[in-house]
Amino acid sequence: MTLLSHLPALLVVVPMAVAPLVAVLPSRSRFGYVLATLTAGLTFVIAILLSQQVAAEGAMAYEMGSWPVPFGIGLMVTPFSAAMALIISGGSLVSLLWGAKSLDSEMGREHHALFLSCWLLASSGLLGIVVTADAFNAFVFMEISSLASYVLVAAGPKRQSLTAAFKYLVTGSLGATFYLIGVGYLYMMTGTLNFDDLTARLPEVSETTPVLIASGFIMLGLALKAAVFPMHAWMPSAYQFAPTPIAIFFAASSTKVALFLLIKIDYLVLQPNLSDHAFLFSTILMPMATLAFLVGSSVAIFSKDLKRMLGYSSVAQIGYILIASSLVTSAGLTAAIVHIFNHALIKSALFMAVGCLFWRFGTSNIQDLAGAAKVMPFTMAGFVVAGLSLIGVPLTAGFISKVTLIQALLELGSLGFILLSLVLISSLMAVIYIWRVVEVTYFGKPVESSPSALKGEAPWPMLVTLWVLVLANIYFGIEPSLPLGLAGGEVKLLLGGPQE
Amino acid sequence: MSFEPQSLLWILLVPLLGAIGIALANSRVNLREGVTLFTACALIGLVFNWVPALLDGQQPYLHLITLAPGLEIALRLEPLGMLFACLASGLWLVNSVYSIGYMRGNQEKHQTRFYICFAIAISAAMGIAMAENLLTLFIFYEVLTLSTYPLVAHKGNENAKEQARVYLGILLTTSIGLLLPAMFYIYSQTGTLAFTHGGIFKGDIEGPAVGLLLLMMVFGVGKAAVMPVHKWLPAAMVAPTPVSALLHAVAVVKAGVFTVTKLIVYIFGADYLFTQPGTNWLIPLACFTIIAASVVALKQNNLKRMLAYSTIAQLSYVVLAAALLTPLGQVGTALHMLAHAFGKITLFFAAGAIYVASRKTDISQLNGIGYRMPVTMIAFAIGALSMIGLPPTAGAVSKWWILGGAIDSGIWLVVLTLALSTALNCAYFLPVVYRAFFMEEDHKPQQDHKEAPWPMVVALSTTAVLCLGFFFFNEVAIKLETLMLRPPL
Repeated sequence: MTLLSHLPALLVVVPMAVAPLVAVLPSRSRFGYVLATLTAGLTFVIAILLSQQVAAEGAMAYEMGSWPVPFGIGLMVTPFSAAMALIISGGSLVSLLWGAKSLDSEMGREHHALFLSCWLLASSGLLGIVVTADAFNAFVFMEISSLASYVLVAAGPKRQSLTAAFKYLVTGSLGATFYLIGVGYLYMMTGTLNFDDLTARLPEVSETTPVLIASGFIMLGLALKAAVFPMHAWMPSAYQFAPTPIAIFFAASSTKVALFLLIKIDYLVLQPNLSDHAFLFSTILMPMATLAFLVGSSVAIFSKDLKRMLGYSSVAQIGYILIASSLVTSAGLTAAIVHIFNHALIKSALFMAVGCLFWRFGTSNIQDLAGAAKVMPFTMAGFVVAGLSLIGVPLTAGFISKVTLIQALLELGSLGFILLSLVLISSLMAVIYIWRVVEVTYFGKPVESSPSALKGEAPWPMLVTLWVLVLANIYFGIEPSLPLGLAGGEVKLLLGGPQE
Repeated sequence: MSFEPQSLLWILLVPLLGAIGIALANSRVNLREGVTLFTACALIGLVFNWVPALLDGQQPYLHLITLAPGLEIALRLEPLGMLFACLASGLWLVNSVYSIGYMRGNQEKHQTRFYICFAIAISAAMGIAMAENLLTLFIFYEVLTLSTYPLVAHKGNENAKEQARVYLGILLTTSIGLLLPAMFYIYSQTGTLAFTHGGIFKGDIEGPAVGLLLLMMVFGVGKAAVMPVHKWLPAAMVAPTPVSALLHAVAVVKAGVFTVTKLIVYIFGADYLFTQPGTNWLIPLACFTIIAASVVALKQNNLKRMLAYSTIAQLSYVVLAAALLTPLGQVGTALHMLAHAFGKITLFFAAGAIYVASRKTDISQLNGIGYRMPVTMIAFAIGALSMIGLPPTAGAVSKWWILGGAIDSGIWLVVLTLALSTALNCAYFLPVVYRAFFMEEDHKPQQDHKEAPWPMVVALSTTAVLCLGFFFFNEVAIKLETLMLRPPL
């Protein structure tokens, strides 16, 4: 076996192994940061290699320690996993690169080592969830990433970070517990935890009460983790009060991973085996998703704080992903996966732009940022392009998401038309909240009191990473074959080929 | 000069390069204005270079990007787009001369931003003119909306921002809320969005869906200002006059009616459209808009607002002519775009000249002003005659063709509307001319004034001459547009 065949394991192991090392490095030196960034870079390279292999040869199975699968823990890298691995490791890398200066200003140097160690643990856990083929193993990784995440959010510069982290902790633990209860029931009935094995054995017990209860607990638990409306309250606070690099990282990846697991378990294990499950899944999620994007977008319009606004906007975007996956069609699943990918690009770019503003002005309150575009033209230009992508303007990644989503909805007939019009209303609301920022920053009178020392653009590493993401938004708007190809591969796996 | 289709891309890029040049020149004002004028001349060269080829029946095509099968960014120059491109690029030069006089005479702030946004807007207008398919057109349509917002909000005070918000709100809401979903629906049903001779609906979309799509598209193209989505146009009048003149009498509003015409001719298919149920409301609606806007114009005292409502009425002439579906009507569509542009830009130029010279904005203040500003007011009178449609002006030509189309179609409502609207046009334009030349000045103005600065006078004289000239020399335009009726070679 060559090193290449160990890539699925390395993806998880590398950050996890480096994490303790970073923790013991001298706290005040720069080594910790450099090592963490290098590790994130290496993980990203592994993810790229992995996705190339998956794109070329299809899903890739791996047995930990060469133990055969029902006994040992198996990993399974499907195209969707590969896309998620790209998002997580890429998000971790760009937010670390972006955050070099911002970490210094938002927290004391003495905390850096532990903070970065937690960072690597969190990314390792998230990556573990997307490659594992085992329901309980997924829970373990979920806990690793969650526990580290609570620390990361609590490290924010304001006192509210602690309450935000506490909210996150309570909701997250509830979600994880519910998920574990569900997995426990499944294990009780089938005696296995491997996804493929579960799929094989569930038919014998499919109509029993414990399995039905298990499906309910798993859906609810993951919905809590994924900040599905109305269980979203923790997310905007966490994004608002976490250190900015963490907000960027989590906006790209964290809730997406819960959505990934929800989609995967539901499509792979539950839907084929429970007779009414697909119908239940649709009828429960569709209204929740619709409310998510309507409520999320309208709250975003009235949010005074830009980070909070982006948090609510994420609530809405998760609504789009959910409504697409609730259609249970191949077009719907494609739209969901594509939007998970594109939204990671969009939202992390937006958070970076807001982070640049925050770094300069020490605030993300919209009224204090009047006239900011005159001081920071490149940052705001990046914000505008990413904002257009969020709205779904042609030639941006967001447009590809909207096209696939709308096509999936139109397959539905008259219900699709109603949902389509609601999606469009929500898009118009996105126009309003993005435009509000543009108007204030471009045409507002600058605040007199801002010290003149604060004039000028953000430091170049921030600008460069911001623009790399902005250009990625444009690139994937023009050349969307990567996310579309991965999504298509996954749809073939889960639904047995496109039903065209 | 080459006839390679690649030069279509240059038509888009040249104004953008101009915008960069303007930004670089920034505070060196003479150089900056020099860049604008040079860019405008270069653009005219590139655009008019294509006219002979178009007259030969060619339609140059340039493919840029494929997003998905059937979703492409591509350019194609066809007769109607050629006319629009010539119009916008040619008048941009005249308008730039005028702008220099206006912006300096008024000591406006943020002039660099003004010229940059103007150049971007012109590039977007070129993109609309050359769009090969609905998606490409939509993109440039939105760019045009966004790039004109800073121009409308130019004054920067609360009122300007308020009105600019109305402007942006209506144009974006209608396009994203109605045009975009209609586009997606058409794409999902037909698998293409290309502008095709005879339309793309046959066999794929029929029945009430056609009527619904027509509704979504006519109102989705807010720039065509068909009532009740016309409110943005009076709101846009807070902008400096050169913006009102070129953008809100020519580029933006013509982009609107141009889009509607292209949709009717190349997406729905003119012959197909009105065989379907639920589509017969368009002509009465256009007639209503013509009459209602004229009546509102009659009641205006602010000169620019009066002109705005007159524009709303005139735009519906174009929509009406396109909806008549007779060959004469379709040629009339194109000619009226041209004729109205010459006339209305002259009127706006005159209004701006009056403002710069005398700070007057209301019609009731204009008594006797013809003796102080004879050139301006004579140009105004020519523009007004063209609006009414009297010879020897451009308006007479286009009205003749539209009337011909109306009689051909046998829809007497249209003929009646045309007659009534001509009377209304007389009723609101002639009193202004009468006040200017035949009434005594009420009281002496605080400052004695003559004509506005010379660049403005030159510009408005030029467009007035164009108004007259088009009455006599319209052969090329008519020849070009009759080509539109035939399938491309």
